Amino acid sequence: MIYWNSFSDFLAMGGYGLYVWGSFGVTALAMLIEPIVVARNRKATVARLKRQLRAESRSTEA
Amino acid sequence: MNDRFNLYRFASPATFYPLAGKMIPWFVAAGILFGLAGLYVGMLVAPTDFQQGEGYRIIFIHVPTSWMSMFIYLVMAFWAAIGLAFNTRLSGMMAQALAPTGALMAFLSLWTGALWGKPMWGTWWVWDARLTSELILLFLYIGYMALVAAIDDARRADKAGGILLLVGVVNIPIIYFSVKWWNTLHQGSSVNLTKSAMAEVMLWGMLLMALAFWMYSIAVALARVRTILLERERHTEWVRKELAGGEQ
Repeated sequence: MIYWNSFSDFLAMGGYGLYVWGSFGVTALAMLIEPIVVARNRKATVARLKRQLRAESRSTEA
Repeated sequence: MNDRFNLYRFASPATFYPLAGKMIPWFVAAGILFGLAGLYVGMLVAPTDFQQGEGYRIIFIHVPTSWMSMFIYLVMAFWAAIGLAFNTRLSGMMAQALAPTGALMAFLSLWTGALWGKPMWGTWWVWDARLTSELILLFLYIGYMALVAAIDDARRADKAGGILLLVGVVNIPIIYFSVKWWNTLHQGSSVNLTKSAMAEVMLWGMLLMALAFWMYSIAVALARVRTILLERERHTEWVRKELAGGEQ
């Protein structure tokens, strides 16, 4: 079923290793970083909105 | 309560927010499953290409990212049209949530294309119709994001961004048909409804990868739209409750 004879064959990609892994590597990295950026952004936004909400409720109580 | 009523209810931010939150894990799981299956079929099972050797395997990300870059733009233009026509709040937020992912897909399409072009054509880049129109798509995404970010009033930003999206939509058929309309270095489409140029295993690998990128894009866009929703609806009662309820 598996097309490759050895792991080193797989890595070499018939001499196209640099191009194939350069494509897959950068794509994988991007798909790893984007969700992290989204999650961080969410955390920062939620924290800021909570601060604003607290500040608002303090100013209305006073 | 009939179906029609329910459908409109989902367009309300207060209903959509928790729904989106519940859907994200499912799209993530589906994305991982499709991705693993696609990588298995495309990278381990599929045989070599008789013309391009192993270099052709770049297709398993190049085609899905290219498709997504075009499709996400069409979805954004659809939301822009809805937003401009019906003045719905959610539409502009949806377009905004999709834009960075669309830009990323356009970039990855160009990046993998360059890495494919170098060994096959002997050059990273040519100013031919397919490549140039895809580059314009990347600039449209960046231009949209810059425009929306530059306008303080969110509703006005949505309107201006929406008009840009609708004008730019002409670029999509240009990208798609460029290989037919002009004599380009880029090869013709790999998938055809009547007869496909690819072996069946390769086609399966590519479709699985396309599904994986689809699921990924939906998950990331839903996560992003939830943050935008909180931000934009911060003065409403439901967001106050959401934040007071220990929202992480």
